[in-house]
Amino acid sequence: MKARILGVAAAVSVIAAAAVGLLVVPADLNQGDAQRIMYIHVGSAWVAYLSFGVTAVAGVLWLWRRDPRFDAVALAGAEIGVLFTAFAIWGGMMWGKPVWGVYWQWEDPRLTTTALLLALYVGYLLLRRMTDDPARRATRAAVVGLVAAVDIPIVHFSVIWWRGLHQTATIGSPDRILNPAAPLVFVSALVSMALALSLAWGYLMVRRYQLARLEWQREESARMGRIVAARAPGAAGQVAP
Amino acid sequence: MTDWPFVLAGYGVILGGLALYAALLHRRLAAARRAALDETPPAEDE
Repeated sequence: MKARILGVAAAVSVIAAAAVGLLVVPADLNQGDAQRIMYIHVGSAWVAYLSFGVTAVAGVLWLWRRDPRFDAVALAGAEIGVLFTAFAIWGGMMWGKPVWGVYWQWEDPRLTTTALLLALYVGYLLLRRMTDDPARRATRAAVVGLVAAVDIPIVHFSVIWWRGLHQTATIGSPDRILNPAAPLVFVSALVSMALALSLAWGYLMVRRYQLARLEWQREESARMGRIVAARAPGAAGQVAP
Repeated sequence: MTDWPFVLAGYGVILGGLALYAALLHRRLAAARRAALDETPPAEDE
């Protein structure tokens, strides 16, 4: 019931934040209406970071405690992180064409490291399908999730470390989001969309976690059933006393 | 004015994708719950 309330709150928030970004906020003086894409693009990127960060932390907790609940959280974070990374890339491409003149540029470090981030976590999800043993799968996934998480700070700081088309960080950069001259209406639209997408992320995480727990239980009971059947008297491969 | 198709494509795909993923997740969860109920052995009457 609580999850349902969270879902309704998330849906209402995302629709309201989109309406603010599309209809309420005025067009940017330099970028025109294309600037409106920034609200949903930056929000999606933030949620992707959050999601993959949760996957890495849950992976460490799995390796430490061997509790399947942590593996379920890690899986949920990776799957939803892939979704939001794809959204961030799509939003960036739709903004890039009218503002930069190109949808994509491989020479840009932010774009390339983000594409790599997406590929790493798609690989994480594919790796999980390579074994039927839930514990072995969780361990392998936790290690890959940790290695892939190294790319998160690289994506974030790529705009500072290397020169490219992409502008410097929007959030956490004192000359941007904290600039007192930035009109409050733009900042509000950006923050409200980030909060709305975070709510949606929270809801999807709860639901994906619930699904992962059911899948784990089903796999475990099927495995136990196979073990019991193999040990039963007269089972194939057993010598009758 | 010419930027609006990009704006609408940006928002449309992201919001549509979010709604589609949520709907598919609900379907997968409902199917998993049904399967879990089907596999639960019936309580023995004593």
